[in-house]
Amino acid sequence: MTRWHDFIEKDGKPPAWPYPINYDREQEIETDVLVIGGGIAGCWAAISAARKGVRVALVEKGDSIRSGAGGPGCDHWCNAPANPLSNVDPDEWAEHMAEPPYSNGIGIQIQCREDWDTLVEMEQIGGKIRDTKDEFTGAKGRDEKSKLMISPRYTKVHSYIPGSQKPITFKSNPEGKLNNVVIRVWGSTFKPALKKECKRLGVKIYDRVMVTSLLTEKGVQGARVIGATGLNNRTGEFMIFKSKAAVLATAGDWSLYVLNTELAGYNTFRSRNQTGDGVAMAWRAGAALTVMERTGIMMLGTGYKHTWYGGAGDASYENVPIVDANGKRLPWPTQGWEDAGAMRPTPEDMEKIIKGVQSGEYTLPFYGDFPAMAEVERRVTWNMMLGEESTTKNIIDSYGKGGFDPARHLLQNYNFIEGTSPSQWRSAGGGPVVDWDLKSTLDGLYVAGEQSYSAGDHSYAASTGRYAGRKAAEFSRQAGDAKVLKDQVTLEKARVYAPIKRSDGIDWKELHAGIARAMQYFCSEYKTESLLKMGLDALKEIEEVFVPRLYAIDPHKLMRSLEDLSLLNHGQIILNASLARKASSRMLNFFRIDFPKVDPPDWNKFVTVKLENGKVKAGELPLDYCGNMKANYEAHNKDYASVYKGK
Amino acid sequence: MAQKKTYALPNVTTPGTPVIFHPEVCNGCNHCVEVCQVDVYIPNPEKGKPPVILHPDECWYCGCCVNDCPRPGSITFNWPVQQRAYWKDKATGKVLRDSQ
Repeated sequence: MTRWHDFIEKDGKPPAWPYPINYDREQEIETDVLVIGGGIAGCWAAISAARKGVRVALVEKGDSIRSGAGGPGCDHWCNAPANPLSNVDPDEWAEHMAEPPYSNGIGIQIQCREDWDTLVEMEQIGGKIRDTKDEFTGAKGRDEKSKLMISPRYTKVHSYIPGSQKPITFKSNPEGKLNNVVIRVWGSTFKPALKKECKRLGVKIYDRVMVTSLLTEKGVQGARVIGATGLNNRTGEFMIFKSKAAVLATAGDWSLYVLNTELAGYNTFRSRNQTGDGVAMAWRAGAALTVMERTGIMMLGTGYKHTWYGGAGDASYENVPIVDANGKRLPWPTQGWEDAGAMRPTPEDMEKIIKGVQSGEYTLPFYGDFPAMAEVERRVTWNMMLGEESTTKNIIDSYGKGGFDPARHLLQNYNFIEGTSPSQWRSAGGGPVVDWDLKSTLDGLYVAGEQSYSAGDHSYAASTGRYAGRKAAEFSRQAGDAKVLKDQVTLEKARVYAPIKRSDGIDWKELHAGIARAMQYFCSEYKTESLLKMGLDALKEIEEVFVPRLYAIDPHKLMRSLEDLSLLNHGQIILNASLARKASSRMLNFFRIDFPKVDPPDWNKFVTVKLENGKVKAGELPLDYCGNMKANYEAHNKDYASVYKGK
Repeated sequence: MAQKKTYALPNVTTPGTPVIFHPEVCNGCNHCVEVCQVDVYIPNPEKGKPPVILHPDECWYCGCCVNDCPRPGSITFNWPVQQRAYWKDKATGKVLRDSQ
């Protein structure tokens, strides 16, 4: 009796909703710092704000014990040039990382300066970052003294594709020693430790609450953010948070283009929950957003492909040689020490491989030759990394139970045989414009983690969260009280509960697919002014005709329905940003048929979009608006206290 | 064949069983209900029994429910057929599959 239909067959009726239904209840919470999103960035923001001695509330759609992309785990602490084994200067590494246009120089500088400190604090609160049990003695990259384990990633060049960036000699590493900027960690220990620390510091945690909108001073778009509204996705209770400062630490938008809501979950790195609510609510509140026009196909999961990480040669299969079906070695990088962690073949090697497959030189399928590896390296890759990376422990456990033994078996690789990826799964790389305090263009609203534009990975989320938390705490100390406009709350309540007031219409899945389809048609590889405008019209029609038919049968489906509305906004933002950029750009993966010139100098700038009095307003920012990264970081962090020493 | 009442039910959601509960081990503590990011489960109406899989279509196979289970053996993964892995014995060349 663990499946829904079991109950029908046994009792003739489905189980009752297990939580109290409180659509008519309202709860008000007052706090100094409100953290929206309890993933890696959000938990770190809450901890660092609480350590500044202010009142903190943390609101999370799932349960902050394991929520977020980094909730299940993390195996690489990337770009930590301030770690004691690094051979490069953090500022020089940051500058190198921020070189590609449309990077977030502010976030990168914060990551490079502070993510080692963040990791040390992670260890203080119970996260495992060293091989303390001497399980991997003798593995390359393991430091005997500190027991830290360096990964081969970025040891030479900061790139996944060999040859895609020209090799450089760092001034701080003139002899060309290995950079040692990526540390292997036991990230499955992180999230529960973060939640425990939040609790210990007195952070008020509101799990299973979706934040639905930001409240602004006098309800004016573009004014100071003074709180937020939320919905408990189990009970349906309405929440009103009043705050002096807020940190937006929600997830990116990972499902806007995904048509199929059933298969999309297969081991994709991102859960159903990740619908870019933060960007949508910041947009409605009047924050300026940037890099919203960048979207790209992800070669991950979605059920149309093999389980991500489930085949040899996927990300992080470090040091595994790839062979063809006859055991012939391929010019495929091992992601290991011999090729500096490169994940994909160079374009030239890829051509050789394709030609080899077609001519019969290489026989499909390919395999990862785990038995050929040194025993300790095999354990590091299979047991430690897969045991700790986000969603992959279930792979080693399931394969092990199924009989897979990496000492004897070659693991299949699915390249070529599974065909080309359908253009369904896209990441959108944009977010609010931020300054050196990670403050958005709205007073009182700070941004961290994946929600920022051109964001990085786990250690980026952790360090920017920690940074935004302390800046928000400082702001909250001097911020005056503000009154929440009742009308703003009333309007939002009406929007939130509309789907449960209907008993018929279309459900969230149908609307989701409708939005995805519009985005696929009108904002994909082939962009023109008229197609993009048709896209805006299509979303407007959805908004005016189909959104009023949206219905939900319980608080969970109500949450999913509201996520659709976030995605609808997200699509509108992307279309508006795409219309505002009248040029093509390789770095933005943005190609307009009517403006074919790629990266013309006039357009080497950030395009920004925002709502002003309900109207879309486009703007621009110079690509180097963050200024001198080192100087600005130092000017804004004169009192930075390094690793936390308090109790 | 034993007579069982036949109801008019829609198709079962696919994939419908991302995990298998083992009621002889599981004591219905509902820890998996709490760690699940997307609320795949709800508590069983009968106390002490394994949770009900209500939203299997939202499962992203993150594994937290199984990994964090305080009574190991209560839940096992159940990969959808199309996602099961292939491998090959290096010595014999025999192609094998996860056919649990």
